[in-house]
Amino acid sequence: MKKTYKIEVDCANCAQKMEDAAKATAGVKDASVNFMALKMKVEFEDSVDENAVMDEVTKACKKVESDCEIFR
Amino acid sequence: MSKKQKKNLIRILIVMVMVIALIFLPVTGWIRFGLYMIAYLVVGYDVLIKAGKGIINRQPFDESLLMAVATIGAIGLALYEKSGDYNEAIAVMLFYQIGEWFQGYAVGRSRKNIADLMDICPDYANIEGENGELTEVDPDDVEIGTVIVVKAGEKIPIDGIVVEGTSFLDTAALTGESLPREVKPGDEVISGCINQNGLLKIRTTKEFGESTVSKVLELIEDAGSRKSRSENFITKFARVYTPIVVYSALALAVLPPIVSLLLGYDASWPTWVYRALTFLVISCPCALVVSIPMSFFAGIGAASHHGILIKGSNYLEILSQTKTVVFDKTGTLTKGVFEVAAIHPKDIDEKELLHLAAHAERYSGHPIAASIRRAYVEEADDCSIEDVNEISGQGVTAQINGHRVAVGNKLLMQNEGSEWKDCHHIGTILHIAIDGSYAGHIVISDIEKPHSAQAIRDLKRSGVKKTVMLTGDRKEVADQVAADLKVDEVLSELLPQDKVENVERLIHEKQSENDVLAFVGDGINDAPVLSRADIGIAMGALGSDAAIEAADVVLMDDDPLKIVTAIRISRKCLRIVKENICFSIIVKISCLLLGALGIANMWYAIFADVGVMVLAVLNSIRCMFLKDVQADE
Repeated sequence: MKKTYKIEVDCANCAQKMEDAAKATAGVKDASVNFMALKMKVEFEDSVDENAVMDEVTKACKKVESDCEIFR
Repeated sequence: MSKKQKKNLIRILIVMVMVIALIFLPVTGWIRFGLYMIAYLVVGYDVLIKAGKGIINRQPFDESLLMAVATIGAIGLALYEKSGDYNEAIAVMLFYQIGEWFQGYAVGRSRKNIADLMDICPDYANIEGENGELTEVDPDDVEIGTVIVVKAGEKIPIDGIVVEGTSFLDTAALTGESLPREVKPGDEVISGCINQNGLLKIRTTKEFGESTVSKVLELIEDAGSRKSRSENFITKFARVYTPIVVYSALALAVLPPIVSLLLGYDASWPTWVYRALTFLVISCPCALVVSIPMSFFAGIGAASHHGILIKGSNYLEILSQTKTVVFDKTGTLTKGVFEVAAIHPKDIDEKELLHLAAHAERYSGHPIAASIRRAYVEEADDCSIEDVNEISGQGVTAQINGHRVAVGNKLLMQNEGSEWKDCHHIGTILHIAIDGSYAGHIVISDIEKPHSAQAIRDLKRSGVKKTVMLTGDRKEVADQVAADLKVDEVLSELLPQDKVENVERLIHEKQSENDVLAFVGDGINDAPVLSRADIGIAMGALGSDAAIEAADVVLMDDDPLKIVTAIRISRKCLRIVKENICFSIIVKISCLLLGALGIANMWYAIFADVGVMVLAVLNSIRCMFLKDVQADE
């Protein structure tokens, strides 16, 4: 299952950090952040609760980059 | 400008005024310190907060932290030395903020520009109710087979077939082609085109998610996830570089004074701490991490503006190293629109020969079949056609009114056990045998595209070393076209699998590892070759999912000049990336050295950080602008 989210982040480096953080989150198979398009694409593991996983992803991203935003 | 940017701009301006006022204000001591601190906090409070959060979340080596340490350190030094020179700390923070603001503004602008270039996404679809009233619905909710209404000036939201109305379509946003296309009932239309004048009713043939416009947008959005080697290099570089500089700064602050003390000299702590702080200011790799992805994004955006879809920055990079271009002939260099040029029957009359050939080719999707059917319009009569068998690379056989009719090339005639006669006409010759005996031939010729010769010449000028043409067509035809277009090498009478073999051979013949072989095809039955080549370019691929899937670069229309444009964009983009990498690293390293020696002060340092970043970003914006390759008159 793949989903695309709109994000808000200030710099390319921070976007990279968000990508790494999202990838490391449990339940996420793969993730990529496109800084220029301000989009985050998340591929979920099978049979996980997307909302719960996205909560974790948001938490992890906020940790590495305090003023980022993921819109759901 | 976003709200945040406006707020930051106002902050920057206020602090600038404050700093200038403070220079002329005759205050000293703690009042002076207090006033300067107000200015410092106004300009830098968010950086300080972010640095604090970074420490709490154990994410050191964040640029905010570097800036916070450097400026607080500079203030500390000013207090320690009682110089009262707080300007430096404020200036560093101020320039850092200006840099950030500029970066945000530039990125926002180019993001908007590129988004405008790709403004093809429809917001709604019109559905007609029972009484003729129109309701706007989300294109996502429209089911296949629904009739939608597209008014003049609106975008076609979903792929479909025109059921009512005629109009001209503007396909520029998709193909870069400015000439409008006429459509009438029965014509297939693709989403993303703009309906210029008439009212069109369209029966949808796809869901919105499967429509051309969605596919194209998805492709562009995904392009960012395939990172180029340059981008990966920068990510790795930043990961190693920042910690190294931070630790060197620490060493610079501590080691020389200790060594001096041990040797019995004056430790001169302030000097070394100041140099270390200078180091920290230089250390941010912003110029690179911002400008490189931006260059690629701008390059891909510029390409899509010209109707060239590049599936990832890595392909943009590979494309720039193209040394050999291999073309498929039909549909790529030639129009692929064959016309019957001559009919030479043996015993039966001309019309009858064409009649039989048209029947045999009834179900074939091959371009030659289409041209035969075009030449014989009353094809759909009551003749019985059975047992149609299409043999790849040879032709078609069928039972027509009880006779076995074979239509194809020499090879097919051989297999049919029929003799054949060659023709003096240059073109594709379709031999026809009825029940194993020769009935005559039809000559069909294909027309070269008007820009093919120019495209080949311009490719050579753009640094391509070798051009090769592959075709399943006869040698005479192929040689004729190759001579007209001045292609270096031509291989003819190839079966589809031979094309793959030849491309593999050409890849082996490459002179160096870094040379790239590009294959250009029309995406019909050359998918294996497209994926085997270092980079596969599909042209005229609008609406063909298979080609879009197999190719790395997709040309939306079928003008061969677009290949030249694509390669030029990639070369320009990569040149700019290299310029930025060299320029930023050289300036940073020289400033680091000068800083360590005490020649460069914090003012140099802030230039090395913000100045270089601004210049690199401005340079990368250039990727967006490239003149179209002009067709010769």
